[in-house]
Amino acid sequence: MTVVVSLFALIGAGFIFIAGLGALRMPDMMLRMHATTKAGALGVGLISIGVGLHFGEASYVVRAIAILVFVLLTAPVAAHAIGRAGYFTGVPFWEKTLKDELRDKLDTKGKKLYSGMERPDDVDRDDRS
Amino acid sequence: MTLLVWNILLAFAWIALTGNFTGSGLIAGFFFGYFVLLLISRASGKRPTYLRKVPQTINFMLFYIWEIIQSNLRVAYEVLTPTHNMRPGVIGLQLSCGSDAAITMLANLITMTPGTLSLDVSSDRRMLFIHAMHIDDEDQLRADLKHLERRVMDLLDETGEQDA
Repeated sequence: MTVVVSLFALIGAGFIFIAGLGALRMPDMMLRMHATTKAGALGVGLISIGVGLHFGEASYVVRAIAILVFVLLTAPVAAHAIGRAGYFTGVPFWEKTLKDELRDKLDTKGKKLYSGMERPDDVDRDDRS
Repeated sequence: MTLLVWNILLAFAWIALTGNFTGSGLIAGFFFGYFVLLLISRASGKRPTYLRKVPQTINFMLFYIWEIIQSNLRVAYEVLTPTHNMRPGVIGLQLSCGSDAAITMLANLITMTPGTLSLDVSSDRRMLFIHAMHIDDEDQLRADLKHLERRVMDLLDETGEQDA
């Protein structure tokens, strides 16, 4: 049992380490977000599973599961918010970035993002601004 | 929904009858209760939504966990190898699902799956913009993302728009 718990904790810590290393090593902001959200979420998840297994009592297990669920729910939302904010404030991309289909669809003045598939009878459903 | 209530009641009945007041007792109660409801519905010849949703949801969760593990291995590889051989880019994906719930779920799922990060949805909710780490094979990537969308729509019982 100790071995399993240690394995979970070690691998989890390893992934968090990779997330931190990724934040340093990746060439641009978007790629840094890739590294930190994924590896960070899995690392925290593995450590909380380890904690749940170690204590083995209902109250700890329930809390470990709750942490896991909330991390998995919030990590992508945070990544999305940071990535979007970075993109719209003009953080430069890595020079090897191949294409960007978003740039010309964006109207920064009117705060609209076009899909290129608009229909004349469209009602604007947007509420950014 | 009433079936969910029945399932909970059966789980409590199981706990009361076995005298096993623990989390695992509750889970066992749920499992057997679900099984009983499945048998009853089979006898009546119909398959209510709740009974279909439970295995579908579990299946989806397992799939989600598997995707997270895969994406981590890939990111770990990119971080740890000294040369960056990524070919990142931003692509727009046409959405077939219309509801906000489905789009939210899809966007989160895309962020957690290998090499992709959702950026923004167009103002008319028809296009999702995604930052991808590897766009060597764009058609394959699009097909994978469409497959994900299909799964989300199946789970939420959406038919989607059939234009475009």
